[in-house]
Amino acid sequence: MFSSIDQLVEAAVTQEKSIADVMISQEMEVTGRSYLDVYKDMERNLEVMESAVEEGIGGVTSTTGLTGMDAVKMQKYIDSGKGLSGDLTLYAIAHAVSTNEVNAAMGKICATPTAGSAGVVPGVLFAMKEKHDVPREDMVKFLFTSGAFGFVVANNASISGAAGGCQAEVGSASAMAAAALVEMAGGTPAMSAHGFAIALKNMLGLVCDPVAGLVEVPCVKRNAAGASNALTAADMALAGIESRIPADEVVEAMYKIGLTMPSALRETGRGGLAGTPTGQRLKQEIFGGQ
Amino acid sequence: MKYKSVFDIIGPVMVGPSSSHTAGAARIGLLARSLFGGQPDHVDIYLYGSFRDTYRGHGTDVALIGGLLGFDTDDDRIITAEEKAREAGMHVQFIEMEEERSHPNTALLHLVRGQERLTVEGISIGGGKIELVSINDYDINVSGNYPTLLIFHKDTFGTIARVTTILGNNEINVSQMNVSRKEKGDIALMTIELDDEIEDYIIEEINGAEGVDRVIEMEES
Repeated sequence: MFSSIDQLVEAAVTQEKSIADVMISQEMEVTGRSYLDVYKDMERNLEVMESAVEEGIGGVTSTTGLTGMDAVKMQKYIDSGKGLSGDLTLYAIAHAVSTNEVNAAMGKICATPTAGSAGVVPGVLFAMKEKHDVPREDMVKFLFTSGAFGFVVANNASISGAAGGCQAEVGSASAMAAAALVEMAGGTPAMSAHGFAIALKNMLGLVCDPVAGLVEVPCVKRNAAGASNALTAADMALAGIESRIPADEVVEAMYKIGLTMPSALRETGRGGLAGTPTGQRLKQEIFGGQ
Repeated sequence: MKYKSVFDIIGPVMVGPSSSHTAGAARIGLLARSLFGGQPDHVDIYLYGSFRDTYRGHGTDVALIGGLLGFDTDDDRIITAEEKAREAGMHVQFIEMEEERSHPNTALLHLVRGQERLTVEGISIGGGKIELVSINDYDINVSGNYPTLLIFHKDTFGTIARVTTILGNNEINVSQMNVSRKEKGDIALMTIELDDEIEDYIIEEINGAEGVDRVIEMEES
């Protein structure tokens, strides 16, 4: 079993396999299941992600009314042709927002790696599909590559906002997506690791400060930031830019930052944006006087 | 390693908005139902900490009810679980508790059907993963990562040895074992986490062992 990104990259290079295939082999070994069974389960997760993206673009609103309908605005803006960013980034933003709006509205999503950060990976993945018409099999493999990097983060650091702040959720998701984007675009395993490291470095220190403790504000918009950051990091890695700090050390840094983060900034709904006058007022309106 | 599978990272498929407060809550409800052996008529649910503060916004309440009705984390019926409970004749009441428990995401469920009673306390530790921390006031620690046997037995000499002998004879490997009791000589609870699922006939054999009161099998979550 690989326990570091270093080992993951080495396994891919020595076995002359993609990172996705290294992950599939390990899953087969650990669970004793066949290639087809493992592949089909991931394909099902991909289908859930696709439905969520479509549902959100169609327009949803959460029970509290704090979030919703922004994916519709984003889509209209894209259609107007006036967008400042390139198509790929615009699609990624729209799909990330869409997925997280569906999550906030109690729709069905696939946690990647958590529900609060579920928009980042599908955001960039379905942007790639829309822009480059990626084959289905490559999309499933993208999820295995993302999962391989997330697996290392979850075991060596944390993927929980309550434990490590938003850097552990949207940060991890963004780095996972960057690594998978690099592999999908034909980069080497080492380049994937650099893409991962660059993306996570850019998200270090990000706090988890949801208004009223709910997975809505600022989670939905942070997913959009995570998605566009993944594209930035992947493009840099594909250009041959390397992270000075190795990926595993970035993961360790993220973990240590999480440990020193005050609890008010770790999913308690007290500090940061949750503690602003507007954040407090919204909480009052939703839950009443407490 | 805490996480074993790629599907712990890309997954679970779930009804939003929170893996800990929604998916985890549904799993606590499901587990309570499976331990109770079916659907209760009445359930009192005591909520603590963050569960108490945010359960309405996170759908923790409907997720718990959905779990009690047998709905998994990805079942759309969770959203209308209150209505489904009414149709099924299951009455659920939520009680917001002021005191704090050891974990911020704690729910204590008291299930009733006729003369049957069961009290289960679960915590949601993140990413949809849960742990069971007490059952009928016996402190336990069950992760749900492995198939687990819960064995109520008389606190007398030799009962534990008889149970482990049966497992050994059937070549069942124990990964973790714990015994908890309220008072000396009273009924005790043995929790045994296993590497693999166990055949029904072995459970029957344990059920028939001297000193054993009742065996409950819990599948991995």
